[in-house]
Amino acid sequence: MINLLILPIIIPLLTAVILMFFAKKVVIQRWISAISLSGTLIASLILINKIDHDGIQTLNIGSWPAPFGITLVSDMLSALLVATTSLIALCSVIYSFYSIGKARENFYYYSIIQFLIVGVNGAFTTGDIFNMFVFFEVMLMSSYVLLVIGGTKIQLRESIKYILVNVTSSALFVITVGYLYSVVGTLNMAHISERIAEVDQPAILTVIAVLFLIVFGLKGAIFPLYFWLPGAYYAPPAPVMALFGALLTKVGVYSIMRTYTLFFYHDTGFTHEILAVLALLTVILGSIAAIAYKDIKKIVIYNIIIAIGVIVYGIAMMNSDGLSGAVFYLVHDMIIKAVLFLLVGIIIAITGSSDYRKYSGLIRHYPILGWTFFIAVLALAGIPPLSGFVGKLLIASGGFAAGDAVGALIILLSSLFVLYSLMRVFLNSFWGDPAGSSVNKDIPVGKLLIPVIALVVVAVFYGVCSEWINGYIIQATEVLMQPEIYIKAVLNR
Amino acid sequence: MKTNDLILQTATKTVVFIILLFALHIFFAGHYYPGGGFVGGLLTSGAIVLLLLAFDVKTVKKSLPINYRLMIAVGLLFAIGTAVGSFLFNVPLLTHAFGYFTLPLLGKTSLHTAVLFDIGVYLCVVGATMTIIETIGVSE
Repeated sequence: MINLLILPIIIPLLTAVILMFFAKKVVIQRWISAISLSGTLIASLILINKIDHDGIQTLNIGSWPAPFGITLVSDMLSALLVATTSLIALCSVIYSFYSIGKARENFYYYSIIQFLIVGVNGAFTTGDIFNMFVFFEVMLMSSYVLLVIGGTKIQLRESIKYILVNVTSSALFVITVGYLYSVVGTLNMAHISERIAEVDQPAILTVIAVLFLIVFGLKGAIFPLYFWLPGAYYAPPAPVMALFGALLTKVGVYSIMRTYTLFFYHDTGFTHEILAVLALLTVILGSIAAIAYKDIKKIVIYNIIIAIGVIVYGIAMMNSDGLSGAVFYLVHDMIIKAVLFLLVGIIIAITGSSDYRKYSGLIRHYPILGWTFFIAVLALAGIPPLSGFVGKLLIASGGFAAGDAVGALIILLSSLFVLYSLMRVFLNSFWGDPAGSSVNKDIPVGKLLIPVIALVVVAVFYGVCSEWINGYIIQATEVLMQPEIYIKAVLNR
Repeated sequence: MKTNDLILQTATKTVVFIILLFALHIFFAGHYYPGGGFVGGLLTSGAIVLLLLAFDVKTVKKSLPINYRLMIAVGLLFAIGTAVGSFLFNVPLLTHAFGYFTLPLLGKTSLHTAVLFDIGVYLCVVGATMTIIETIGVSE
């Protein structure tokens, strides 16, 4: 079927619309959204299999040939990210059944989540730079609603800031695309890449590259553009926070990865140098903030920023080790950040506080929760058999290969800070005197843990079977290293 | 004090139909002349807003018993429907088709599936505009 690669976009879109008809029937909404997200996940897995066998899939929307119409392109990288997105969305939605509350569910909550998935999957799949802007907006508008839905004071305050920052960065995105269009005269990403290669990236295109870095850096929260993130991600309830933390910033990182490997790879001495320095500063500042706070939400939020820095550093190295490490770490980080936010949501629901000094001995009452948290922390820090290890190892070896020993050491050292920041939470809240906490019967912890454990199992599997996964990662990296493959697939040359 | 809006209300009753006809004209002219679903939809909601100004929310709701949120959903369904329709013919998404048909009154006319997409846009625009205005108008 030629339309296979559109399925992860069109299924959630259709579902979102159908859910609007059942606005007040919560049970039907839950069923429909869970079934459709499972369908999306299955479709994306079939898509990965198809790309594995037949190479990059492209679809010219409306049958218009490549540079003239919108082309959707699914290479291994975007298919892997689409599959991860669908998995995380499915788990977050199942988690929402037992935690989000009727007040939100009655106001199009599930519909908006589907729209968010449309935006994220679309941004990963598109092969047209303006279409990418449109999918960014679909994603951001849904995230505005998800941030503000419920209408508590903190949500209202933070959504004003969040919207202000994102409207500004979207305007900058349009301006940048305008500049790029005036220089190269096309919007199709493969065609842009070809034309930039023809003129060998003069200075104006390097300026545009930096403008793109500012735009995507604002979306993806790299230093010094991450100022909006800690407040905005603090406000919404846990499943929304998991979706935000796992998906939204990663779309920014994916866009940096795409533009810096497909468009602006001719003058790497300048652009990728900036990228490496900013990435290292992001890692350092994120590490400082992660160990500074006593608030578990804040700690996990700053861990997002560290991870963004690590991935961007891998991209900046521009060698096969660095890039495959970045791809590996990107998928790992999406899964594990969703796990952590959902776990933090459960802990806060049980104890009623996000300050980890206020309780102790949780493991006596909630052993499964405790050990899940422990495994998630080890996976995040990158303890060998688990999922964070291979990605970080490859990124560090990419750094050493590029002759940047200091950067690679900073990346390796950041693991210690990550481990310390969250192990401190584990030691203080799960160990210690069990009198410091008690069983909270109002919270269905068993049901809430099901999607979380499913995600942890996937994360462990991802780490243990990294040999097998690596086959897919190599295919993804190959396209990033050799833009000609991408161009050939899109323009049929 | 009770105000008398007789002139405004009488003028509205005639003008609304002219605006609606103009909206319809703009909507159907979209393929060959400036216009289309977006302006057509905005003009239609402009006509309804004029009704809201001349009368009150309750009266307008009574004469136009439309759930505008469902209208958005139906509009989106039209637009996505034209897209998904291409699955049946195994052609790339949103591939449109057209043909010439001889209709009873209009004679030889070209019919294009893009119009179905445009109807979706039209319904969405009317639905979204009216939802915004009514929601702001009703809440204190």
